[in-house]
Amino acid sequence: MSLAVEWGRQGHAAGRRSRLAGLNVDVPLLALVCAVVAIGLVVLYSASGENMGAVIRQGMRFALGLGAFFVLAQLPPRYLRMWAPWLYCFVLALLVVVMIEGEISKGAQRWLDLGVVRFQPSELMKLAAPLMVAWFLHERRLPPTFLQLCVATLIVLAPAVLIAKQPDLGTALLVVAAGGLTVLLAGIGWRVMTALSLLAAVSLPVLWSQLHDYQRARVLTFLNPESDPLGAGYNSIQSKIAIGSGGLFGKGWLQGTQAHLEFLPERSTDFIFAVMAEEFGLLGLCFLLALYLALVGRGLYIAAQAQDTFTRLIAGSLALTFFVYVFVNAGMVSGILPVVGVPLPLVSAGGTSMVTLMASFGILAAIHGHKKLLAP
Amino acid sequence: MARPAVALKDHWKEQRLFLSRVVAAAVVIVLLTGVLVARLVQLQVIDYQRFSALSQDNRIKIEPLAPTRGLIFDRNGIVIADNVPTWELVAIPEEVPDLEATLKGLAELGLVDPDEHAVLADLVRSHRGFERVKLSNLDEKQAARFAVRRHHFPGVDIQEALTRYYPFGEAIAHAVGYVGSISKADLERIDRRDYAASSQIGKTGVERAYESRLHGQVGYRQTVVNAQGRVLLDPAANNGEGGTEPLFRGLETKWPVPGENLVLSLDMRLQLATVEALKGARGAAVAIDPRNGDVLAMVSVPSFDPNRFAAGLSRGEYVALTQHPDRPLFNRALSGTYPPGSTVKPFLGLGALHHEAMSPSKSVYCPGHFSLPGSSHRYRDWRPQGHGNVDLHEAIAQSCDVYFYQLAVALGIDQMEQTLKAFGFGAPTGIDIAGENAGVVPSREWKRRQFARREDQVWFPGETVITGIGQGYTLVTPIQLAHASATLAARGRRFAPRLVIGAEDVVTGETTWLEPEELPGVEGVSDAHWQHIVDAMVGVTSGPRGSARSTMGGTPYTVAGKTGTAQVINIAQGERYREEEIDERLRDHGLFIAFAPADAPRIAVGVVVENGGGGNRAAAPVARKILDAFFAQETSAVAPSRTEVYVARR
Repeated sequence: MSLAVEWGRQGHAAGRRSRLAGLNVDVPLLALVCAVVAIGLVVLYSASGENMGAVIRQGMRFALGLGAFFVLAQLPPRYLRMWAPWLYCFVLALLVVVMIEGEISKGAQRWLDLGVVRFQPSELMKLAAPLMVAWFLHERRLPPTFLQLCVATLIVLAPAVLIAKQPDLGTALLVVAAGGLTVLLAGIGWRVMTALSLLAAVSLPVLWSQLHDYQRARVLTFLNPESDPLGAGYNSIQSKIAIGSGGLFGKGWLQGTQAHLEFLPERSTDFIFAVMAEEFGLLGLCFLLALYLALVGRGLYIAAQAQDTFTRLIAGSLALTFFVYVFVNAGMVSGILPVVGVPLPLVSAGGTSMVTLMASFGILAAIHGHKKLLAP
Repeated sequence: MARPAVALKDHWKEQRLFLSRVVAAAVVIVLLTGVLVARLVQLQVIDYQRFSALSQDNRIKIEPLAPTRGLIFDRNGIVIADNVPTWELVAIPEEVPDLEATLKGLAELGLVDPDEHAVLADLVRSHRGFERVKLSNLDEKQAARFAVRRHHFPGVDIQEALTRYYPFGEAIAHAVGYVGSISKADLERIDRRDYAASSQIGKTGVERAYESRLHGQVGYRQTVVNAQGRVLLDPAANNGEGGTEPLFRGLETKWPVPGENLVLSLDMRLQLATVEALKGARGAAVAIDPRNGDVLAMVSVPSFDPNRFAAGLSRGEYVALTQHPDRPLFNRALSGTYPPGSTVKPFLGLGALHHEAMSPSKSVYCPGHFSLPGSSHRYRDWRPQGHGNVDLHEAIAQSCDVYFYQLAVALGIDQMEQTLKAFGFGAPTGIDIAGENAGVVPSREWKRRQFARREDQVWFPGETVITGIGQGYTLVTPIQLAHASATLAARGRRFAPRLVIGAEDVVTGETTWLEPEELPGVEGVSDAHWQHIVDAMVGVTSGPRGSARSTMGGTPYTVAGKTGTAQVINIAQGERYREEEIDERLRDHGLFIAFAPADAPRIAVGVVVENGGGGNRAAAPVARKILDAFFAQETSAVAPSRTEVYVARR
């Protein structure tokens, strides 16, 4: 917490400066993001086999993300509040379309082809779900009543079930996490929380009995990838070797043998954390983790400073969700969590994740910047 | 923190509540990060030495282990599909520096088919880096040739493997099918992890239909190899000795689960007798047990050697097979469609009795031809001088066409369609392997769907007439003939034909016997009507003027049968069919259906001989040989013990 407050103080000053420039930018936030992305590009150069093209492509995705950041940062949060339900319904409708279309083509059901661009509506839901929950709760007295909690749960579960059916269990769980954290921040009583966990525990066997055999097998593999060493387990074994052999100081940039012998799969996307671990060692990782923590701290500070319930909930949930991404990715690469397709935020190569994250930082900047405009 | 004076009390409360949540979240975040860092310390500081050694000199490899493919036995435990050891040339994509050059080099040594270059390159590229891809099968000389030049081909290796061997070769090709190399198309429809170590997959017949039972489950073993791919340490082996610690806990060797052995309904002795009976012909014969649908024999000739497919057919060989004028790869038993000719007569006769279109005692005078009222077109009988006065019994026994022209008109196309469909014509019989053709049972509705032009969509009375003797649009497959014959033998009870009757779990040694699948039967027909038709069919083989008397006479068992002759070309009005003047491939097809013993049938057969001339001359002798073989060594009940004995011996 002390860290967050410290960043916050600097943020106040930075906020004022940037407003003078006529552009609402949260400088500490942006500076941290840039630092992480810079590290990411350096690691990506090595991970991609010294492929400058891959680095430039990632840089361009970041530029696109910056665009989203600046645009959203200028947007007063009340617009977000007004649009939240529409955005949610729109993305939910897209998910339904993806499901129907996907069933017809029997192909990959995650993507929506708009002719010009293809994108995954499920990624957008990671933003839309917490926005909708915050919108639903913001005018009500907090902590929410049981009935309101039920509605909030429905808001989160409806898209999550659709995404899980695609089937993309990883993203579905992240949507649940994003929405659930929003509800959590709204302040559920401990008793309700216990009751809900119990309910979930009781309903698990029921759900389990409803699954098909192949779905059960999938869940089991998901829980224990080493039961499948020819698939997901292979990655996790190789990444453990990569991390472990990095040691305290790492083998040095471009010196990682695991990555360069092409022994580490997905090394420029989901497993890039292992490349960084091999080449920069424990110290390098700790530095990166510190940057991540600072980003989360800045987000929580913005949440604490926010003026109304809606922005508070949104800012808090975005910050916490960001941490969940970091933890899930680092956890899966280092072998303490099952392997799910979650990229390392701002570092893994990939466009959808980069733009979505930058958009969420733009919202954070907007919440922080516009607060002062409204304050007396 | 300055708050506006107008702030409501509950806003303050909310704010405090929210802040407490944020603090709680921050604590959790710090704790989780602590866990993460602790894990990293464990990997990078505590276990550093081990991982460092692993990454610098060695690599962990997961080596998939192929399951043993299940064997296939006939009903008496004779091996039909076996596994024999062989050498395979395999590539590990991520270790091959230059795929094109490697394949070229291997082709120059005569180890891979140069014509397959593009296909193989494509196949290698469609696998993941660490998956082994089979390039070809090698004989011992080729394996030796490769062994001395191995260092020229990094990423290419030879491995011992089991390949399929069919001891009866051509005789079972169309029923059992064959296995072949896994193609790119196969990869699309399988779970490729299960096939990480397998190089063959069922392509046709039982091998394909029962692929999931036969294949088994892949296993794996963890090995440590150095940069040259040499295995340095096999943890599995060491663990067995109680030696070194496993490199990774929770990931021990998992042995593959062998596939199930299958027991077929085929009786190999009968199958071989059927092959012998059809020798030199083009055609097919199917024998079915009418009591449960067991396919006792199923042969399509000419055939091919499935062992060539298992060993890896060259492109040239494959093209030669597909372009052969006799089409040996074509499974005539299931996919060949033929006009049924007079073999439909018993079924239509039964329909006419049931619907009271004809009475058993009614006689019809046959002058050798038939005309519809008000038409001069003559529908000829196969016997130009006619059969004289015949009733239904004699019309079936002598195969009188004129009687059935009249019967067809009396019964009408709608009821003929219904009757034929009740016996399974016009639809796949539901046999447990793929490739069945539905055939055609024509109807008004069928004609409407089949033809585009309105004037072609009308059903003409003349078409009803010729449908009565199995000419015109009607098309049947040999399996349908056998199936319908079995249904007649079982007096209307209908079973889906099946080739697989049991599956043996190799690990437990337990055999699961599959239940026969009963289909909706022919119901409501009186016993007297069934008996009348069966008697008439016995008249075919043993009556004084029976059409198959000459070939089927003198059997120690009673046979109910029916001949059929299907025209391949039209004979113009006023002309005669002179076989000697007609090209061999335009001659009539001979057909025969039969079941025996007539009063308690244990076998029903359907035979088609292409361009063999009439049913009695071409097809009935084949049926006779099959039935003789069957009754000469009356098939015993299934003997699972012999299956077990065989497995134990291996």
